[in-house]
Amino acid sequence: MKYIDEYRDPQVAREYAAALARVATRPWSIMEVCGGQTHAIVRFGIDQLLPQGITLAHGPGCPVCVTPLEVIDKAHEIARRPGVIFASFGDMLRVPGSRGDLLTAKAQGADVRIVLSPLDAVQLARDNPAREVVFLGVGFETTAPATALAIAAADRGNLRNFFMLVSHVLVPPAMEAILSSPNNTVQGFLAAGHVCAVMGWRDYEPLAKKYGVPIVVTGFEPLDILQGIYMCVKQLEEGRAEVENQYSRAVRREGNLPARELIGEIFRVVPRQWRGIGEIGASGLGLRERYARFDAELRFGVAGVRVEEPAECMSGLILQGVSKPQECPAFATRCTPERPLGATMVSSEGACAAYYRYRRAAAEVSR
Amino acid sequence: MSDFTLSCPIPISDTPQIMLAHGGGGRLMNTLIRKMFISAFDNPLLAAAHDGAVFVSPGGRLAFTTDSYVVRPLFFPGGDIGALAVNGTVNDLAMCGARPIHLSAGFILEEGFSMETLWRVVLSMAQAARRAGIDIVTGDTKVVEHGKGDGIFINTAGLGAIAHDRRIGPASVKSGDVILLSGDLGRHGIAVLAARAELALESSVESDCAPLAAPVQALLDSGAEVHCLRDLTRGGLASAVIEVAETSRIDARLDERSIAVSDPVRSACELLGFDPLYVANEGRFAAWVAARDASRALAALQALPETRAAAIIGTMTGPGNGAVTIRGALGLERAIDMLSGEQLPRIC
Amino acid sequence: MCLSVPGKILNVVDEGPFARHGRVDFGGTVRETNLSLVPEAGLGDWVLVHVGIAISRIEESEAGRVFDFLRQAGVLEK
Repeated sequence: MKYIDEYRDPQVAREYAAALARVATRPWSIMEVCGGQTHAIVRFGIDQLLPQGITLAHGPGCPVCVTPLEVIDKAHEIARRPGVIFASFGDMLRVPGSRGDLLTAKAQGADVRIVLSPLDAVQLARDNPAREVVFLGVGFETTAPATALAIAAADRGNLRNFFMLVSHVLVPPAMEAILSSPNNTVQGFLAAGHVCAVMGWRDYEPLAKKYGVPIVVTGFEPLDILQGIYMCVKQLEEGRAEVENQYSRAVRREGNLPARELIGEIFRVVPRQWRGIGEIGASGLGLRERYARFDAELRFGVAGVRVEEPAECMSGLILQGVSKPQECPAFATRCTPERPLGATMVSSEGACAAYYRYRRAAAEVSR
Repeated sequence: MSDFTLSCPIPISDTPQIMLAHGGGGRLMNTLIRKMFISAFDNPLLAAAHDGAVFVSPGGRLAFTTDSYVVRPLFFPGGDIGALAVNGTVNDLAMCGARPIHLSAGFILEEGFSMETLWRVVLSMAQAARRAGIDIVTGDTKVVEHGKGDGIFINTAGLGAIAHDRRIGPASVKSGDVILLSGDLGRHGIAVLAARAELALESSVESDCAPLAAPVQALLDSGAEVHCLRDLTRGGLASAVIEVAETSRIDARLDERSIAVSDPVRSACELLGFDPLYVANEGRFAAWVAARDASRALAALQALPETRAAAIIGTMTGPGNGAVTIRGALGLERAIDMLSGEQLPRIC
Repeated sequence: MCLSVPGKILNVVDEGPFARHGRVDFGGTVRETNLSLVPEAGLGDWVLVHVGIAISRIEESEAGRVFDFLRQAGVLEK
């Protein structure tokens, strides 16, 4: 497959591994922000190619993992209302809320449907005028253009039966929260390539400067990630702290202007709760006033819901890269993919699920 | 999916839909059974029209299996619920090292189900049965009220004869055994998903739904010491290998580079975020064979057109907890584990 | 997050603002995709698609950078 297979070339991967071994003279800790990058690192064993001192911390780049418990509970509540068709990406269906996940709601009779695109949910609304279609709009900036398009389409079509439960989150505030934490040990970042394809990388320049950390916009195939790590380590070795772009075939500094304009038209920046981390100001997107009629929280009266996390789950520390899954006492014992305590175990991108699937054997050996 | 109705006109045209009475035990049900099932499945045991099929036992050990079929949509490229219902049970028997002989077929039909659709399913079952060399010798029909059943559910049970005295199953697997895979992965799961209109995927992938009795027989006839056979249905290759490894308590190592996945399947998997190792197959199996017989076994499979692409994909490395690792595209190893449920399309 | 797949645009239909779309071929699987956010991408171009929306046009001339990078950085030892 073009633009995929060539970036999985084992020979070139080994060349990058050798180059990294030569350029790294000291230990460095690098965080990859995006869950998709975590997935690739684990799937292709990229961390096994890194020299001893380079460690990768897995960041909170998994919207599924950071979607607050109360959003899941609101989704659950809305899904069970009569006449509602609740549409969602597949990732969200097994994320545990306090009364179960969306599949539990489905088992209880809710009409929960998986869609591959928010536009499919709009089509569901057109095809089912007597039902109310609610779409769960989660994701980082990569997904915001799609949800914005869905609202724009519903608006143009004068749809009265389409609503969205919006829980978008933004990457730069999350990175700032990590960098400003007294526990932070991360020295360099691989920024999420597809987030930057939409937003560009201007927002990362002040972060690199303020905290003195190199940030490399990185893609998702093994060679992209290896090159990104190389560029980051090279900066660290040379004492530089700049924003560089590894993913030049897809990302420009200004990002995608039509997408950014549309996001600005439909959404405004709001504070957001990050599951396991807490509230971060100006870290999310919510619907603008003039699109409030599409807001599912208003339509279904669930705006005020607040929920506490189960005490044992330490996904917050894991999302911030402070702890590793196998350091959690509940990992693989009380918390498993079948009975998850937190979202990092459920999401296919969650650090805990990734470790469980691919590393359980190693974890048991090291206990 | 060929147009059966042109060459085989539906035998029941006065009741276009299934009614409760078709399950009522009276004249309507009798007509349904005679004109549809007995006529299509066409064999003396079934034609006897008794409560059960009575026949002389083939002797020796028997294999017995059952499965129920609920696939949606009912028709998909490369197959349908009827072909699945026959081949799925035929293949379970083949995985026991048995020669499939007879099947039963139980139908639960929803009131209102299209008679023409039922006829298409039944014809497909008859065709699959002929291809697999078995007959459907007994059956049952029930009708549930509209809204109480999803159109049609089919259960098939199968009987097979085991002519040899080999013990084929996880208990016979040994360290050093070689794992063979009969063909490429992922066609059935992707074909069924792509056939779901709401996903709006255009794909050329067709289900690999097919009977496996012949390749299994060829494998057994080759003289290779076969320790275990597994079809790769729900949960795909990965789940089957993990199950055998955990049951036999022997660790396994696979080589991803020798596992074939066609480009159309790969591209659909990339789009959905699926791992082909876990996608369902309905015409593929894995075989655990003594190391010294690996080439002989492979040659036997490659000699048949349906298993021409058979390959050696791994080994059972040594006693352990049944941990399974796979060497990936970059030549690096990772552990693989069971999924908790089915794969769901992901954005993340 | 951000599972985005590269695909080649097979046709383009313009049905108004935000309703420019086309069939995109992802290496053998084709899906109708919204193209309104990549007005610079047309027939035959490759785009990155996330949840049914093209978010970026792939710059062919940059695609080989990852292979040349080490050589240009003078790092490869022969």
